[in-house]
Amino acid sequence: MTLIKKIPVGIIGSGNIGTDLLKKISRSKYLECVAFIGRNVRSPGMQIAESMGVNVSSESLSYIEKNPNLCRIIFDATSAKAHQLHAEILKDLSIKTIDLTPAKVGLMCVPSVNIEDCLNAWNVNVITCGGQASIPIANAISLVHPNPEYIEVVSTIASRSAGKATRQNLDEYIHTTEAGISYFSGAKNVKVILNLNPADPCIDMQTTVFAKVKNPNITKLKFVLDEIILKIKSYVPEYNLILGPILDNDRIVIMVKVKGLGDYLPSYAGNLDIINCAAVAMAEKWAEKWV
Amino acid sequence: MGGKMGVRENLISEVTINDTTLRDGSHANSHKFSKKQIEDYCQLANKANISIVEIGHGNGLGASSLQLGQSSITDQEMIKSARKHLTTSKLGVHVIPGFATIEKDIKPAIDAGVDIFRVASHCTEADLCEKHISYIRQSGFEVWGSLMMSHMLSPELLAEQAKKMKDYGAEGVIFMDSAGAYLPEDVATRVEVLLSEISIGVGFHAHNNLGMAVINSITAIKTGAILIDGSVRGFGAGSGNAQLEVLVAVLEKIKISSGVKLYPLLDLAEYAEEFIINEFPKIKSESIVSGLAGVFSGFIKPVLRVAKETGADPRDIFFELGKKKVIAGQEDMILEIAKNLVGK
Repeated sequence: MTLIKKIPVGIIGSGNIGTDLLKKISRSKYLECVAFIGRNVRSPGMQIAESMGVNVSSESLSYIEKNPNLCRIIFDATSAKAHQLHAEILKDLSIKTIDLTPAKVGLMCVPSVNIEDCLNAWNVNVITCGGQASIPIANAISLVHPNPEYIEVVSTIASRSAGKATRQNLDEYIHTTEAGISYFSGAKNVKVILNLNPADPCIDMQTTVFAKVKNPNITKLKFVLDEIILKIKSYVPEYNLILGPILDNDRIVIMVKVKGLGDYLPSYAGNLDIINCAAVAMAEKWAEKWV
Repeated sequence: MGGKMGVRENLISEVTINDTTLRDGSHANSHKFSKKQIEDYCQLANKANISIVEIGHGNGLGASSLQLGQSSITDQEMIKSARKHLTTSKLGVHVIPGFATIEKDIKPAIDAGVDIFRVASHCTEADLCEKHISYIRQSGFEVWGSLMMSHMLSPELLAEQAKKMKDYGAEGVIFMDSAGAYLPEDVATRVEVLLSEISIGVGFHAHNNLGMAVINSITAIKTGAILIDGSVRGFGAGSGNAQLEVLVAVLEKIKISSGVKLYPLLDLAEYAEEFIINEFPKIKSESIVSGLAGVFSGFIKPVLRVAKETGADPRDIFFELGKKKVIAGQEDMILEIAKNLVGK
């Protein structure tokens, strides 16, 4: 057994996302969480971190400012407002940052599509859950059909997987996901729809991508899509194509289902899982270069 | 119902009518209204003194999409066409967060002259409407909350959701029978619970899957609802809504004022029959099945289309959709279910 020294990372934000990240990172070959930072030491996330033997702090970002050499990567799972403040400070400390809030400060990152472009970035954002699920598909469509006329993404998530922040920021979710799809597909028109489904038992996250393109080439698309799905599955194992690509009424239809790993969040919360998987994949890529 | 309702009956003397022909009817003609149709209809509706004329894509602002069907004209074009001719009637729109956003849809609608917004969510998800309702209220416009597929919740839980909408700033809450699943006593209980739990206006939106739309609407009014939806000839999704001419006629008979003038309303219905309605709403077998399965009436068209394409039995599709508790906006499930039913 060869012992490689893992890269020290920190998580700010001890809510659901942060706690799930902690569990994912504990399995990583390249990353070691050395600081789990929130505001309340009694929160469930903090207690889990303590029980895992991870150093916790309730001092928020000032803990990192006081210990600037502790972490090389920070995952920020606080809020857009807080991240606006954190981003600058972290950059000045030369700490690479993965932003899981909707702050949109850094480069948009979808590991299966542009992980190489993100290697030199100081700050990347992982867009939205719908973005992580649909952008690779939109990108595949545009590789076969440059400048698609129109791309539409409809995601359905379990009501119980949408916390207060998601519910209050539906508009931001839509605008951010639309921006990501345009950026990665070059589509002239883009539309994003989000449904919350209250069904019990909870449904898994499902995303449908529709596209209008000139001269659709389904055979070629299948090929490109298979390749990209293989890449996604390397960091989101339960990302599965459930329909398509097919041509229905002259529009391309592709449907995927995303099941979570069930680390801290239940497995139906594939929407939260995929965004965390993307964040860890990016961090591991950085770490891999350093070790 | 019983005694309590009888007492109220004496108190109710008027009701506000919201005409959904150009909004719910949009489902029925696959969202293909033209500017001319909207203009002519609004001119006649204004003459008939209908309080509110609701227009737009069947799923409201920003819902024109491949998933649900694309409108032939933009939301802005629809609003402007209606605005020109509604001088005394108010112009209303339906808004579902998740489709529409404040920036992309609500602000431009305000600028184009909408008077009244109805912000809707599935009956369990009222908190999705918080920002939208507050924004409209703070901008000084009339805003109601709408709870869709309300039959899926008990009256008490429905009232909890309605209370949230009230707290966000809604002036009233409409409970929608999107699947046409209610019987009159279900409607009466809900109006009574809503009135006692939230002291703001209650509205009701009917569908006719089980032939109950008019009697359900009358029951809602008699138990205290102050806003009622209807459409001429019942033109709406699936088996349609409460037929407005019938509703207004019954209201005249029981001496409840709606402010609507009967003859011009009958003329409006004649016009619509000639120029707006492509196919009369009928209670077809699929409508009965969707009412029983508790599935949104707007699913009927896409289900029939997919059934035809795949060879699956549309009735089987409905019961499967019902089992999966799909809600409006999840039309993509139809194709998946149909494919599974026929074994790909």
